[in-house]
Amino acid sequence: MAYKIVASQCTSCTACEAECPNVAITEKGGTFVINPKKCTECIGYFDIPQCVAVCPVDNTCIIDNNFPRYQPRA
Amino acid sequence: MMYDAEQSLEVIEEAGSSVADLLQQIAEHKGCGTSGGSGKASCGSAAGSGDLAPEIWEKVKNHPCYSEEAHHHYARMHVAVAPACNIQCNYCNRKYDCANESRPGVVSEKLTPEQAAKKVLAVASTIPQMTVLGIAGPGDPLANPAKTFKTFELIYNTAPDIKLCLSTNGLMLPDHVDTIAKYNVDHVTITINMVDPDIGAQIYPWIFYQNKRYTGREAAQILTDRQLLGLEMLTERGILCKVNSVMIPGVNDKHLVEVNRAVKSRGAFLHNIMPLISAPEHGTVFGLTGQRGPTAQELKALQDSCEGEMNMMRHCRQCRADAVGLLGEDRSAEFTTDKIMEMEVDYDIDSRRAYQAKVEVERQAKVTAKQTELETLAGEMSDVKILIAVATKGGGRVNEHFGHAKEFQVYELSTGGAKFVGHRRVDLYCQGGFGDEDSLESVIRAINDCAAVFVAKIGGCPKTDLLKAGIEPVDQYAHEFIEQSAIAYFKDYLARIRSGEIEHIVRGDADIRQGAFING
Repeated sequence: MAYKIVASQCTSCTACEAECPNVAITEKGGTFVINPKKCTECIGYFDIPQCVAVCPVDNTCIIDNNFPRYQPRA
Repeated sequence: MMYDAEQSLEVIEEAGSSVADLLQQIAEHKGCGTSGGSGKASCGSAAGSGDLAPEIWEKVKNHPCYSEEAHHHYARMHVAVAPACNIQCNYCNRKYDCANESRPGVVSEKLTPEQAAKKVLAVASTIPQMTVLGIAGPGDPLANPAKTFKTFELIYNTAPDIKLCLSTNGLMLPDHVDTIAKYNVDHVTITINMVDPDIGAQIYPWIFYQNKRYTGREAAQILTDRQLLGLEMLTERGILCKVNSVMIPGVNDKHLVEVNRAVKSRGAFLHNIMPLISAPEHGTVFGLTGQRGPTAQELKALQDSCEGEMNMMRHCRQCRADAVGLLGEDRSAEFTTDKIMEMEVDYDIDSRRAYQAKVEVERQAKVTAKQTELETLAGEMSDVKILIAVATKGGGRVNEHFGHAKEFQVYELSTGGAKFVGHRRVDLYCQGGFGDEDSLESVIRAINDCAAVFVAKIGGCPKTDLLKAGIEPVDQYAHEFIEQSAIAYFKDYLARIRSGEIEHIVRGDADIRQGAFING
């Protein structure tokens, strides 16, 4: 799976964009979106997903169930 | 536009000075006939040249956010290039963005560094009083270091006479002190609400630091350590540092005396204690939990108790992160991104200097008038202290009609002279709880601790109601300098007590109003 941003709650503050280690977050139509192909849930980089940790609105960066969990290569 | 042509003309006539004439010439030259006027007044902090070291006074005398009279004459602007933040404060809600909202953390539009630089030049060319550019958010400037410093670089290269400053929560400050020095940013404000992590845990639910989210006491401990380290590093480099604190009754109100000592000992030159803004409709944690802000008397008492330690600032308007204009007069609507991008900007440093030289002459006249009046108070012996409210729209004069005033400046009068101690907003508000109330009643509540209100003019009805409330309406000093008039009034007040004509009564408390402005 990847993370996704709940557009209706996004304040467009840009905080997540700078923290994403995969450069997976970009602005689209006034709010921000995560590219699920690039998102690694921060596995291999940090203990917690950076977008979740820095987002000022709780429950705005959440797991997207439409994608399988990210599997780090062995 | 803040003014229509008629209002603008009125402002200029009433200012009646060569400064206004020159300003009008500049405005006309720039093809903008209505931008002039001395603008709406702010007020004066207690800090004047007498309280500050000469080298500090030299740096702050033209800075409207810092010095007593400068904000009567000079304007500042904020550019909103820093949207991201790295901490969460219980008094802040970034989601709320009413167009009329006027408080920190709120902006109408974000700017790129390039747009911001163009906006600064456009404003500086139209408003020669504009001497200061600040970056204050709407997030934290140092959580957006690339955007913040790119903006400073662009302005530093094209308009070197504009002072640069920034306002930060301090978490990332130690990492950027050298860059701050490099761009000649000589004024930094740190918001420090506590030096005790147990108190901090009640104000900050979390911080984001070194790729981790910290909460509770641990978060507050990191924050206070970083803030105080950053302050020390600025002081070492000779960069002026002001400390802002939000007064939260029952949480940090008593503790702020300790904060005051901690920041003073580390070299902060000015402390600005501001009332908590916590209207429920803002949706902040404090707004929703019903945490109240301080009353006017509580705020003043805390500021007074810290004043022995260091200079206190009392004129803060808690502006938005995209404010433009003199303090208390937001002209940001004139300079939206669309309008700026269409503007032909001709940055004329000479006309700016000519305006500023005239301003210095006017300021000197005011200081001299106050000094002369003050000498006549010598020999008066009395413990009596009273507060007065003043309706003014600028230039340090009593020049606003009672009914037009959107705020009153409050001065404390004693045999020591007239001291600015704060301001009270009485403007129209969004309907949150104030909608049905009689406006005169709410004005009286806002200045209920004052013995008199100085105005340029006042109608019969409000006069009667003010007298009934024990507040004397005074229009005999219309268009005179405020402090000179206040001292003259106080002498007369003492004389009237002596003759038995009046009885000195200690006044009650007053409300601090908050909420969104309604422009119009």
